Amino acid sequence: MAKVKRSPWLLHYDGSSCNGCDIEVLACLTPVYDAERFGIQNTGDPMQADILLITGGINAQNQAVVKQLYDQMPRPKVVVAVGVCACTGGVFKDTYNILGGADTTVPVDIYVPGCAARPQAIIDGIVKAVDLFQQHMDNHEEFLKNPDEYMKKNHPEVDFKKGE
Amino acid sequence: MMKIALSVIIFLIAAPILGCLLDGGDRIISARMQGRIGPPLLQPYYDVSKLLQKQVIAVSRSQSLLIQMFFFTQIFTGCLFFAGFDIMLCFFILSTGATFLVFAGSVTHSPYSSMGASRELLQMMSYEPAVLMTCLGFYLAGGTFNVSELVQSEKSLIMYLPGFFVAYVFSLTIKMRKSPFDLSTSHHPHQELVKGITTEMGSRNLALYFITEWYENIFLLGVVGLFIINKNPWSILAAVLVVLAVYFFEILIDNTSARVKWDKMLVITWIVTLVSAGTNLLVLMLIK
Repeated sequence: MAKVKRSPWLLHYDGSSCNGCDIEVLACLTPVYDAERFGIQNTGDPMQADILLITGGINAQNQAVVKQLYDQMPRPKVVVAVGVCACTGGVFKDTYNILGGADTTVPVDIYVPGCAARPQAIIDGIVKAVDLFQQHMDNHEEFLKNPDEYMKKNHPEVDFKKGE
Repeated sequence: MMKIALSVIIFLIAAPILGCLLDGGDRIISARMQGRIGPPLLQPYYDVSKLLQKQVIAVSRSQSLLIQMFFFTQIFTGCLFFAGFDIMLCFFILSTGATFLVFAGSVTHSPYSSMGASRELLQMMSYEPAVLMTCLGFYLAGGTFNVSELVQSEKSLIMYLPGFFVAYVFSLTIKMRKSPFDLSTSHHPHQELVKGITTEMGSRNLALYFITEWYENIFLLGVVGLFIINKNPWSILAAVLVVLAVYFFEILIDNTSARVKWDKMLVITWIVTLVSAGTNLLVLMLIK
């Protein structure tokens, strides 16, 4: 089987971003940066996506949407927070309607800082996410080969057979 | 009998490989047309092998079965064609298979996917006359519906059927889901219907859909080749060249046109079919 990291498909979700980061995300797909070189595709469909890319902070209205998008994605999946708002809430952190960064709602794996995040930084973050995506898949395969040994080695504190 | 079995086996093995390479080439050429470098040639293979490894989530349990039915019928069509059976039969099975895809899209009750399914039906309505006329043309020019006898004809059938060829290549744009007629689903991501009919297909189901598409494309391009092939073995080379030219033409149209609405698609396709294939039909009936 070919490596899964050769084909990362993104789902781009705009939280309450000012659109600065969104424009930079789209810039990654233009001829100058051409993210499709790495097999990266910007799908609009959570069912087909591998990497969830969130820009902007989480507010009371979109929290449920982000949660649902994350749940709809098949495993293995990776979440990338792009821009300072998605990382921490940014300048809007203390606003009454902002709950904070993307990690208030879904487990974020990679943080890409910047306001707005530069395309170079976004592509770098995605490449890191791609490696993590591959690692998740490898771990899963290793787990399937020998569940007992895998759990003993990596999670000695959990007795997974009891469902804990 | 031996020959039939051999050609079926060759089709089953070679079609997905060729289909994958054509798809990869399509993506590279499209990228170059847009001033980008584009993905590697084997990108469609990487995509499918990744999809096969991902967790299976199906919104509706019957969807997987329907996609599998779509998969088997489309492959069966190609087998019949390359084994040299009746071309009319091939196209009827192809259309039957396509309805399984429509069911697979609408069974989930997702608004995007249901809308994509109904657009798929409209697409079928648009290309079906051209396809049936093509079968009729083959019969009038070659005197038989059997592919194995059609390839043994004295002259290339395109000599008698230029109008039918135009109508068929025109309907190929719809069948291959190329812009401006990629209404039900598009190869390019992020469209107004999300992913249209394939919105609710993920992981294994989507991989099956892609593999089916590779088989289907090889069959459809095989019919283009049938216009060219005659009993001279060198005509196979000419057929391959014409097929590649037609495929390039489809990519060019895909990259230079915007999507049209369904009513425009229906009218344009039917007019092209009636005018080019219809005129050709009249002339053919007069001279034959």
